[in-house]
Parts: sequence; C-alpha cells; structure tokens
Amino acid sequence: MRVEGKGLIDRDQEVAFQFDGARYRGFKGDTLASALLANDVRLMGRSFKYHRPRGVLTAGSEEPNALVTVGSGAAQEPNVRATVQEIYPGLSATSQNRWPSLGVDLMGVNDLVSPFLGAGFYYKTFMWPKSFWEKLYEPVIRRAAGLGALSAENNGDRYERAFAFCDLLVIGAGPAGLMAALEAGRAGADVILADEDSQMGGRLLGEVEEIDGKPGHVWAGDIVAELEAMDNVRLMTRTTVTGAYDQGTFGALERVGHHRKRRGDALPLECFWRIVAKQSVLAAGSLERPVAFRNNDRPGIMTAGAVRAYLNRWGVSAGRRVTVFCNNDDGHRTVRDMLAAGVHVAALIDSRHDAETVPGVRMFKGAMVSDSGGRTGLEHVTIRSVGGEDRIQTDCLAMSGGWNPTVHLTCHMNGRPTWRESIQSFVPSPDAVPGMHVAGACNGAFSTTGCLREGVEAAKRALDAIGVKAADVALPAAEDGAYRIAPLWAVPGKGRAWLDFQNDVTVKDVKQAAVENFRSVEHMKRYTTQGMATDQGKNSNVAALAVLADVTGRAIPETGTTTFRPPYSPVSIAAMGAGAQGKGFAPQRFTTSHAASVEMGAPMIEAGLWYRPSYFPRAGESTWRESCDREVGMVRESVGVCDVSTLGKIDIQGADAAKFLDFVYCNMFSTLRVGRTRYGLMLREDGHVMDDGTTARLGENHFLMTTTTAAAGEVMRHLEFLHQGLRPELDVAFVSVTEQWVQFAVAGPKSRALLDGLLDAPLKDEDWPFMACGPVALGGIAARLFRISFSGEHAYELAVPSRYGDSLFRELVKRAEEMGGGAYGMEALNVLRVEKGFITHAEIHGRTTAFDIGMGRMVSAKKDCIGKTMSERPGLCDLGREQLVGLKPVGEVKQVTAGAHLFRAEDAPKRENDQGYVTSVAYSPTLGRMMGMGFLKNGAERHGEKIKMVDHLRGIECICEVTGPVVFDPEGGRVRG
Amino acid sequence: MRINCPVCGERDRREFYYKGAAVALERPAPDAGEAAWDEYVHLRENPAGETRELWYHESGCNGWLVVTRNTVSHEISGVELASEARS
Repeated sequence: MRVEGKGLIDRDQEVAFQFDGARYRGFKGDTLASALLANDVRLMGRSFKYHRPRGVLTAGSEEPNALVTVGSGAAQEPNVRATVQEIYPGLSATSQNRWPSLGVDLMGVNDLVSPFLGAGFYYKTFMWPKSFWEKLYEPVIRRAAGLGALSAENNGDRYERAFAFCDLLVIGAGPAGLMAALEAGRAGADVILADEDSQMGGRLLGEVEEIDGKPGHVWAGDIVAELEAMDNVRLMTRTTVTGAYDQGTFGALERVGHHRKRRGDALPLECFWRIVAKQSVLAAGSLERPVAFRNNDRPGIMTAGAVRAYLNRWGVSAGRRVTVFCNNDDGHRTVRDMLAAGVHVAALIDSRHDAETVPGVRMFKGAMVSDSGGRTGLEHVTIRSVGGEDRIQTDCLAMSGGWNPTVHLTCHMNGRPTWRESIQSFVPSPDAVPGMHVAGACNGAFSTTGCLREGVEAAKRALDAIGVKAADVALPAAEDGAYRIAPLWAVPGKGRAWLDFQNDVTVKDVKQAAVENFRSVEHMKRYTTQGMATDQGKNSNVAALAVLADVTGRAIPETGTTTFRPPYSPVSIAAMGAGAQGKGFAPQRFTTSHAASVEMGAPMIEAGLWYRPSYFPRAGESTWRESCDREVGMVRESVGVCDVSTLGKIDIQGADAAKFLDFVYCNMFSTLRVGRTRYGLMLREDGHVMDDGTTARLGENHFLMTTTTAAAGEVMRHLEFLHQGLRPELDVAFVSVTEQWVQFAVAGPKSRALLDGLLDAPLKDEDWPFMACGPVALGGIAARLFRISFSGEHAYELAVPSRYGDSLFRELVKRAEEMGGGAYGMEALNVLRVEKGFITHAEIHGRTTAFDIGMGRMVSAKKDCIGKTMSERPGLCDLGREQLVGLKPVGEVKQVTAGAHLFRAEDAPKRENDQGYVTSVAYSPTLGRMMGMGFLKNGAERHGEKIKMVDHLRGIECICEVTGPVVFDPEGGRVRG
Repeated sequence: MRINCPVCGERDRREFYYKGAAVALERPAPDAGEAAWDEYVHLRENPAGETRELWYHESGCNGWLVVTRNTVSHEISGVELASEARS
C-alpha cells in the first residue's frame, strides 16, 4: 500500500513492469520489492526445500526469500533479489521454484512430509542401494531442489573487467562512509567511495533521523554533491565490494546495466573491478536479524528495519495493520514511524520486561510472538505472555532480533570477529585486514553520531598511515541514542521455527545436528546446510550458532563463527571472466604467412597460441590425406616450403655465452665453430628431457637458439633462471627474437636450386655443408641461412626480418611451384619427421630421458650440465626402461594408432602385461604403409621382434614389427647430399 | 596479491610466474652425493609461516626474484633479485 507524502521516489515518473505476466505500475526509484508491496503483492517466491510460500524479508542485498528471474531467453537472469532490482519500463520478472504457479505449487507436498526431510535427510536416505544414486536419486533431487534456472542459451551480454588504484577505498556510503570520504577528499587524497545501492546514504535513506537539522537523506545528498565536485574523489554506486585480498587488493562488482532495458549499446551489463588501495575504510553497516518462532516465514513477516525503510524511502506500508515484535529499542522506531505516517499499529510486543513504554500503541512487555497464521500470507499472530496467549489480527509483522555488524570483509584474510556482549553480536577484530579501518555500525557503533564520528576518525588513521595531512571536518549534530538489547534467538515452543529462510533450516534442525554430535559450528553448518545458500546466511548465521551454543551448553564466543569467504554477494562468472568467451579465451598468434596460407585455402590449426596451416589443398584433392601425401612427395622429390617461424628463437650474446650453453645443454657447445649449427638436448634438473632444438653460432660470442614451439616461453624462463639464479657471474644476456625474425624451411632435392635463383649470390658447396649457417643477402636485404633439416632432405631454413615475411613466403612458394613443388603444412611436416624418427613433445613428454630416446651418449662426460647428476641415477638408464622404437604393421590389420599400448604377441592385453605405448603415427606415402613411433621396454634390443599393439579405446589390434626409429634413409645420405 | 619488484616497482601478481622455494638457488656440487641431490630436486618444506620463494617477472623485466612471504598472513616482508640474493 502506497502512503501519500512519504518516500524518496519520483511520483511524477510512473514505471510499468510485469511480474509473473501481470502488469503493475511503480515509480522511478522503486525496487521490484517496493513496487510489488505497493501493489499489495506479498507472495514473491517459494522456499528451496519445502516450497513454502514466501514474501520479502528485507530491503537490501541480504534478501533470502524474494528471488526472481529477470528477462527471458539468452538474457534470462535467475536468482535476482527483488530488493536490489530497480524497476524500469518494460521490466519483466517471474517467480521461481514453483510448479505450475506461484499460488498453487504442487511441490508444496514437501512441506507435508517435512518430518522426514530434516537435517541430514540426504545423508541418511540416499545411502543405498548404491546403483540407485545415479539413475534415480540424483535426477529426482536435481529436479526438486535448486533455485532459479539458466536458459542454457549462450549469454549474449557484454561484461567488463577493470582495474582501479587509489589512496583510500571507502566501502559503504552511509553516515560513516560519507564522513570518511569527506575527510579524505578534503585532505586531497585519491579516494574511491563504493556503495552497493543505487543511491548513496545507506541507512539514512530509510530513516527519519536528522543530521545538522536536515533530514538524513538531504544531508547525505549535500555531502555526495560536495564529493562529486572533487577531482580526487570517485563515486561508485551499484558497486559491491565483494572481497578483501592481499596487499590492499579488493574485488568489486559494478552492476552497470541491470537497472535499464538492455539496448545492446556500448555499456556492459556488469563490470568486475580489481581495486588496489593503499588504505581502506570499511563502513559496511549492519544487518538486522529475525527472531525464530513457529511459522515465522509467512509472507508479511519482515524485519522491522525493512518495514521502516519501505515506508520512509519508498512510501510503502508493508501492511494495513502492522505489528512489531522486538528485543531491542530499534524496533520501537518502526512503531513511531508507522504511527506518524498514519498506519495502524496493532501491537508492540517487546520480549523485555523492562522495555520503555511507547505511547500510542497497545504494548506487550515481556511477551513473545509464538506462532503465526494465514494461507499464502500473514493473517494473525499468537502472542504469549505471563497473562497467557492472545491472538491478534495483523497483515504485517515487523520483527527485530537485533543488528549484526557486517564484518564479512574483515574476515576474508583469515580474521575472526570478536563477540561483544553489549550488542549481542560480533564486531571486527582490530587489524584483521592490514590497512583497513572499520567505522560505524559495522564496528558496533549504532547511533548516527557514533557513525559520523567513527567515519572521520577512521579516515584520519588511514591518512596518517600514508602521510597525508588530515583536513578539518566538523562533526555534524545528530542523535546519539543508546542501543539496548536483551538476547532472544528463538521463541521456545513446538513446531518449526525458521533460521535460514533460503535453505529452509529450522531451530529443530540445528538441535538435531547437535544431538547427532555435529557440535562444531562448521559441522553443524554442513549437516544442516545452514548459511550455505546464495545469501550465505547473512541474517541467520549468528542466531543459528546462538541456538547451537545453547543446546551444547557453551557460550557463543566459545562456539565461534563459521568462516566468511568472498564474495560478499554473488558475482557472475561472466563478470569475472569478462572478455574470455570464445576467441577471447586465449590470445591468438598469427605468422606473417597467415594471410597467404588462408588465401591458398589451407585449414589453420592451433599450435599453442599459434595458428599454422594444416595442408594446402589443390584442385581435385578431396581429402586431407591426398594433399598431405602430395606435399610429402614434393619434399622428397622436388622442393617444399614451410613456415617454421613459430619455433622459439632466443638470441644469446656475451663473453661467456658458450660456457653458459655448455651448462644448459647436455652436449657440448663451446667446441662449435662459428658458422655452424648443432642439435642440442636440454634436460631438467631431475634428469629428464626438457626440450630440444638447434643452436647456431653466429659469432664468437653470439648464438641463436631455437626451441620447440610449445616450450619457447618455458625455455626463456629457464635460461633466465639458470643465469640469474645459478650463474650470475657469467657474462651473457638473452632476448627472444621469435617475432622479430621469420624463418622458412626450403626442403627437398631442388632446394639448393631454388635458393640459388633467389639469393643475391649463389651458394658455394665448400661454404655450405650440412649444418652450416651464416649471413646471406636477397634483394639487398641481410638474411640468415641455416643448412638444417627436419625432413631428412637436403634442406635450408631462410630467416629474414618479419616485415619481409609475407612477400618472401609468397615468392618462395611461387618459385617452388615453378619447380614442381610448393607449400607444405603441419600434416606433411609430421609425416616427414616420423619417417626420419625425429622426436617432438609427443616423445619428450616429460617422463623420458636422453637414454630412452637413444641419445644417452649425448650427455657429455667432460662437463657439468643441468640434469646430468640426476640423469645418472641407475633407474634412469636401466635397460628395462621403455626405449624409443619404430613400429611397422605386419599382420592383417595395418592401422597403428597413437596412444595404443604394446604387449607381447602371446600375452593378454591387460595392464600387468604392458610393454609400452605408441606416441606418434602417420601414413608414409614414401613407404606406402602406416608407421609408428613409441616406447617399448628394452626396445633398442628388440628390433625385428613381433609385438601386439592394442588400442582399447578404438578396439584396434595390430601386429607390428619392432624397428629402429628411423625408417627412411637411415644412413642420412640425402640430407648431406 | 602484489609484489614490489626491485626493478619495476609494485605490480599485480598476474605479471609474475611462480617457481617454488628459493632452495632452487642452492645447487649442490655434482659430487655432493645422492642425499644432497635428492634434497635439492625433490624435498621441500611446507611451512605455515615465513617462506622464501622464487617469482619471475615474466610480463615485466624478466627478473627472477626471491620473495619472502608469510604463508599464513600472505604478508610479503622482502623482495630481492635472485642474482643478488645468493651472495
């Protein structure tokens, strides 16, 4: 019911919206909850487990009951708190967790069988038979339980991530936060003031208390205006600081677009901020807690502060006959405000015998509300006092069990709050988060004056810590009333009394947990699911542990709290991972030949972050194999061109460069002549192979190392570590030049002829033997040439600065095609190397040694190197180890598959008989058959033996002959020719 | 988490690569014996409290750093270059 003359809403701006298909009107400034209450809609959802009818309980982000789904289709957002959702023209919300409708929910049958659904129900019931779990229990539970549902469509909304830095982050813009920001702002500090609400002012917006003779919200508006005018202050509304992390880092979620119709414009829906602050002031306020009594979850039963806020901020009376039930003075304010607004107050029930008398209302002192009644909403309450029981007709019960300081952020770094008897709640422990100063209600100061003063003081401490001189800020005049409270957690009596509304946890459940010896608060939480819903028990945890303390005969501080973890309120994964959907997931690296390759129709495949051509299809070729076989043939018979720029290239220079490489590689590099290239094998310190590649000596103190594509970053880190961490005395320096130089393989019998036509001067035989390297020129450009081969053919790799990459690739391919060759891709590259038994990371996968791959003798005996000592352990060079072999299918089945396992021909193919596995396979057009590489126990000694390859996944069995890894041109005549 | 790189200043931990305990700097001599090598390569303390560990400023100066960090409070009490930490 809307109350004339009350509230901060704009009554000139009507807003039409829908809830469960029905049309309603509210005003600009309304939340969905306030607008529905104004339309006398009390039933807003169904509870999680028992499907009980529920209405709104609070007026803030802690709301456990009024969860709705906003929007539909891809934009559908479940579990939106109606208390936070601002209405806008066209807003469409639906209720959740009910079927077929909110009014008639058939799952409400759960409520009737509730005696069987108490604490530990799942653990006790779904134990056996074991096979029932997957087929029956889980699907049924999944359908019945849970809150809102996702649309299962791809989320089309835009999200952002952003970073911010400041001297002082002020969290919360109530009286304490505003004063802290004002103090720091006037002092000239760089300030961020963040508040989760759409409007700054905190509790002042929902109260009538005055500051400096002005209504609280007017005073707050004036302060915000002053802060807005300061260049050094940033105001962030609708921004919830969700977590406190190390070294002054905070997570914050800004809801940028939830309050307006989605227009697909530039603004994102949400932005996840990482804010780094030198100091922080926590002024997060406090949350009111309900009292547990029988049937205290009926729509119309709300917290007293929420009833007051709906009246004062939104001009809505939550009922026509309001009753107030409290154990502290704060509840009396609700009576005062309702009466002043002309709303009928049926009764004030105060559990304290010595409560102050409130004029103008029927008051029950030393009494409690023991039950409520009504169908889908509150109709009456039962009051129990020394005089007996009374029943009172009422449609709204405002209850207050006291206020809990919002200590959450102070506990995110392992801090534990301290019990304060005078307010019957926990307050933050000092210095729980380094650099964080707590102020106001969040610190247990519940009067307006207390909040204002603590805000200024906290800011001054923060400014002092960063050496900024404080400004003079006068303390405004405000109320300074005392807060008196007598503990009341649960009204004794039969029936179910709710603690956690969102997860349907009752006083009985907590007692049951204690009886079954789940006495630790963390055990009780998990056994009952108390505080484990999306609201994380913000208004129920303290009462639940008070009940547990009572049953177990312990004091509350001794019982302790559960652990508070970030985020303070739910954060969507989409916001945290903003920009990482689809192509945004990982950076893409493109070679300079990318455009030309795509133009040639090559399918591009991912190689780490790089994209490389798979093969280059030609007219008449319908499968990748046809293209691949042709490309292999080109390289073996004429000439092929392949972009190998993705390999890591590290330029190494310094007087001790050679000495350093001797330490890095297991073989010797100081003996390498200038103008020559050598294959190098790198070990990890534990003796296993790390990476391989060729390194060229370009000058006496100048080397160029290549790494595999995948390990480029890892090798760079490794080199820097070995130098800085182990051998800082060596004069050597590295820089990655992977992106500065492009490199193309020109491979095949006609490679020399191709280059001779391209380079400014033809190559001389005596200067360019196998493994030679040196400077060349083409078109006047200084280039580098390496006579190295990954195909086993007479081949070169030609390197030029990247800016020439595109044109050189096109030129090389054109010339190769004129000679009967052309470009080749990754498929052909792989076939060529398997024919030659060259290894990749399929073989050096982290568990193989130099001994395993047949390179044991490369580990130089003349020097120390990384991994040498550990590689000499008996277990790493034992003959029984699996060693690299080639596999040739010789039986009926000719298919070899990677990942298959090897067995003796006569053995059953089971784990105990395992002899090894296949790492790489390819069809060799050169040999006209499939071939494989793999590791076989004592394989080097078993060439010629027939073994059984079994692929259990694909159901393939193939008899193979064990061969050496090199199956084509084992003498290497072609590469030297 | 933020690390105060001696070369670049205070930076977000996302710029760094983590390696593990600074024990890796104390490489034994080749003939130090099996026990010393086993200890160096495989055995690590898992302290609740102060620990020295290696971080690499991969998105910054490429410096290897020795960071003294409390694993309980996450407080960082010292950052130095690995090349200077050994001597």
